Amino acid sequence: MATAATTPQDAASSIPDAIVVRFAGDSGDGMQLTGGQFTLSTALAGNDLATFPDFPAEIRAPQGTLFGVSAFQINFGSRQINTAGDAPDVLVAMNPAALKVNLAALKPGGLIIADTGAFTKRNLDKAHYEANPLEDDSLAKYDVLAFDISEKTIEAVKPFGLGNKDALRSKNMWTLGLALWMFGRSRQPIHDWLKAKFKSKPDIADANIAALDAGHAFGETAELSGPMRQMEMPPVESEPGLYRTITGAEAVSLGLVAGAQLAELPMFFGGYPITPASAILHHLARLKEYGVTTFQAEDEIAAICAAIGASYAGQLGVTSSSGPGIALKTEAIGLGIMIELPLVIVNSQRGGPSTGLPTKTEQSDLYQAVYGRNGDAPMPVIAARSPSDAFEVAIEACRIATEYMTPVMLLTDGYIANAAEPWKVPNPADFEPFPAQFLTEPRGEQLLPYKRNEKGARPWIKPGTPGMMHRIGGIEKHEETGNIDYSPDNHQRMTDLRKAKIENITVPDQEVALGEANGTLAVVGWGSTYGPIHQAVRRSIAKGCSVSHIHVRHIWPLPKNLGELLKRFDHVLVPEMNTGQFKTVLRDQFLVDAQPLTKTSGQPFQIAELEAEIAKYFDGIEGNEGGEVAVNDQQLPNLEAGHDDGSYPAAPYHGDNATPSGKGTDSEAVNQ
Amino acid sequence: MNAPVTIETTLKDWETDQEVRWCPGCGDYAILKAVQRTLPQLGADPANTVFVSGIGCSSRFPYYIESYGFHTIHGRAPAFATGAKLANPELDIWLVTGDGDGLSIGGNHLMHVLRRNVNMQIMLFNNEIYGLTKGQASPTSREGTKSPSTPIGSYDHPARPAAFALGSGARFIGRGFDVSKHLPDVLKAAHAHKGAAFIEIFQNCIVYNKDVFDDFAAPKGAEDRQLWLENGKPMLFAKDTKGLALNRETLGLEVVDVTDGDWESAGVIVHDVTNRSVAHMLIEMPFGPFPMALGVLYDDPRPTFEDAVTEERERASAGKEANLTKLLGTGQTWTVSGTAQDPV
Repeated sequence: MATAATTPQDAASSIPDAIVVRFAGDSGDGMQLTGGQFTLSTALAGNDLATFPDFPAEIRAPQGTLFGVSAFQINFGSRQINTAGDAPDVLVAMNPAALKVNLAALKPGGLIIADTGAFTKRNLDKAHYEANPLEDDSLAKYDVLAFDISEKTIEAVKPFGLGNKDALRSKNMWTLGLALWMFGRSRQPIHDWLKAKFKSKPDIADANIAALDAGHAFGETAELSGPMRQMEMPPVESEPGLYRTITGAEAVSLGLVAGAQLAELPMFFGGYPITPASAILHHLARLKEYGVTTFQAEDEIAAICAAIGASYAGQLGVTSSSGPGIALKTEAIGLGIMIELPLVIVNSQRGGPSTGLPTKTEQSDLYQAVYGRNGDAPMPVIAARSPSDAFEVAIEACRIATEYMTPVMLLTDGYIANAAEPWKVPNPADFEPFPAQFLTEPRGEQLLPYKRNEKGARPWIKPGTPGMMHRIGGIEKHEETGNIDYSPDNHQRMTDLRKAKIENITVPDQEVALGEANGTLAVVGWGSTYGPIHQAVRRSIAKGCSVSHIHVRHIWPLPKNLGELLKRFDHVLVPEMNTGQFKTVLRDQFLVDAQPLTKTSGQPFQIAELEAEIAKYFDGIEGNEGGEVAVNDQQLPNLEAGHDDGSYPAAPYHGDNATPSGKGTDSEAVNQ
Repeated sequence: MNAPVTIETTLKDWETDQEVRWCPGCGDYAILKAVQRTLPQLGADPANTVFVSGIGCSSRFPYYIESYGFHTIHGRAPAFATGAKLANPELDIWLVTGDGDGLSIGGNHLMHVLRRNVNMQIMLFNNEIYGLTKGQASPTSREGTKSPSTPIGSYDHPARPAAFALGSGARFIGRGFDVSKHLPDVLKAAHAHKGAAFIEIFQNCIVYNKDVFDDFAAPKGAEDRQLWLENGKPMLFAKDTKGLALNRETLGLEVVDVTDGDWESAGVIVHDVTNRSVAHMLIEMPFGPFPMALGVLYDDPRPTFEDAVTEERERASAGKEANLTKLLGTGQTWTVSGTAQDPV
């Protein structure tokens, strides 16, 4: 991970080290699939990448409408990629609505590839265009490459005797072929994938392959004139090993499976459908051979209660939801804290309160996670920073839950759940096992189900164990026997013991993600803000700012050294996608003057806006006059993170009805 | 059917050292004794027996049974019990709930545990009142019930637990009352039923809703208004002087007189526990003109949820290797070796 800028270069003549491409079209145009397959070919070419799938909340939005636009953004490069990119360099617009919705995000001078065949009067009307933007000068500040993809697709698949409607369903493959040519990608993996996908329908496979090849061939021909050119993107330097792409939902699921295995326990997963958390239930439902039982409950409450029931009976109980569902589970979480059984609760956060923004991302459930229960009900909280990080974090959640006999909340968010990134496949043997222990006979003369060990954890006793019968419940209980005990001194002791148990959980010391361990400014983040903060801090360091990035995984309890670490900086800035929740926790725990930078638009931070905020702390640094921040490569060519500027995609993602890698679709042609 | 091993115990073995905290004279004491008397007869193993409850007077039950016990949260006991049963199908689970816990705050979970048919015994203590919170009207309170929350009488229509259970898909419906000597027989039949067995137990709350069941459950003189159902036996009551017959015109039940024990000529029907339509009529018939149907009203097992879950897991796992290393590396992968990068 580099910490300094490279030498200045002439931006105009240099090969960019990262490119952002956004595929946008109608919900029916198969953009998620196109993006997913382009992601695969990009990964296979050895680039680092991050994606941002973005599709409408409506399951089948009316054709051609603005709200029916589906998009898939990918940022890939020959250097480390942390975000899905701010502004696209290339926008593929399959219809007028797609152009209209996505144009604002496009970088000035960016390339638009548009299908003129879809720019009909009817579609223009639906997109509220009075005139055809491809035909007036409204797109003058962009490079526009407009041609009739629809017609060319129909032509390419003509030999297969498909009707026009079916033929047009291969439009996305034609477009993918063109994109593959633009970035010098091999077509073979896509050919193989198509053949496998349409094994029983070889005609459809052949038609799609023909469309793909035609798009690719068109690139070669069109290169002769106009803005169409091929761009080489050399592979990123990566550690040797086996890689795959992974979404946060997949990583959480695999991490839970791994965590249960490390604990040597079968896993019971209780879930209830909710965006954007359902994908975890879907993944785990297919992993039964790993000792996983999935249970789709009648509601959120039943989902967690069944998971606690399974933990009671000796399995690793897991439940998962998003904010409103977590709110419903709250009383049961309190019971889990009271009866001290292992439980992992995954919260894929979304915009709130109430139903809020189901399909958009936010980090506003931190108070709910840390404080949101009746009574003094302490519970560990840990947060994943990226899709691949979610794997380790899920294992950590399982470890804490079983070692300390406690519910644990794992925070991800909609962005992490759906975004994909390359992942160096870990070796399970590299993780230290933490086998669960069950008590099968009394430790002393008397059975004491609440007698704690050195970690403060009570023993786990499974029903079915002879001679160990006992009763547990949500009523305050005696500190050793667990029998009902309302006495004042006992409740005081039990409250103290529950608090001490969580406070004393071993968490690793906080490290500095980027920059020095002291200085002018610490930018402290948690969760999915990792990517934009990292790039903003990297760029600020390159300008000579004394700034560091600290990213906290263990939200509760916090790393023991964190307070001392923060005090080594003159200023502490906490960017969060909420109104300043973690900032409050840091102030409360360490009495540091943590300053908030908040955003609750349902969209991730832009690198540029973080950089601008950092710049306010560094007046007078060259290239940073008056706190102004250059956000364009042309103005600021000497930054390593050259292409991560402009605005972040102003686009919603959607949780469940497709997956970014395109595996969620199965209709006949290769689109949605 | 739950416990694979039968072991010898006595009533004493099922008593805990915990002080029972129900009001003196509460019907719950009688139910507790009936259960403690029944468990030895079932050959139940305390180590394999779990009592799960929600919140309310009835839900204190697990503390007083020397087995595993889980006093959960209000209304949610069926969900906890479902999770425990799926995690360990060998456990013999008894669920204890009340009219408030099971039909008000927990109605949803009760419905789903019944329709899923998770193998357990579900005892709903119906006292038609909220006892633990000091006497508010409950979902089973009769219209006009005066209580602190309904000072001039309640006006919502009461829920009928057995009808709710049947409508939810229950495959066993039993009924009894706290002080009845037949209650252990109903419990035994419920235990013998593989699947979710629902038992409505009328329970006298002597503090807040005293003697509301006396019309059929009074210690003396009410026997004639009890119809104790037995499979294969005619539906006779009032010392066999009355019986239930099918009125073919209304397609409903009617009470007929039986003279000299000749029930057949009186048209009295024979109880078939697998007949769902008749079970429905027995549950729906209004008390007063009709007797109170007690005993086993319906018993027609079908495959259980936990068996289906287990079978599905086994089927889905058959021939598959649970290799985590392999799982992590599935999907579209590529290898990076030195600087050369090859798709795999």
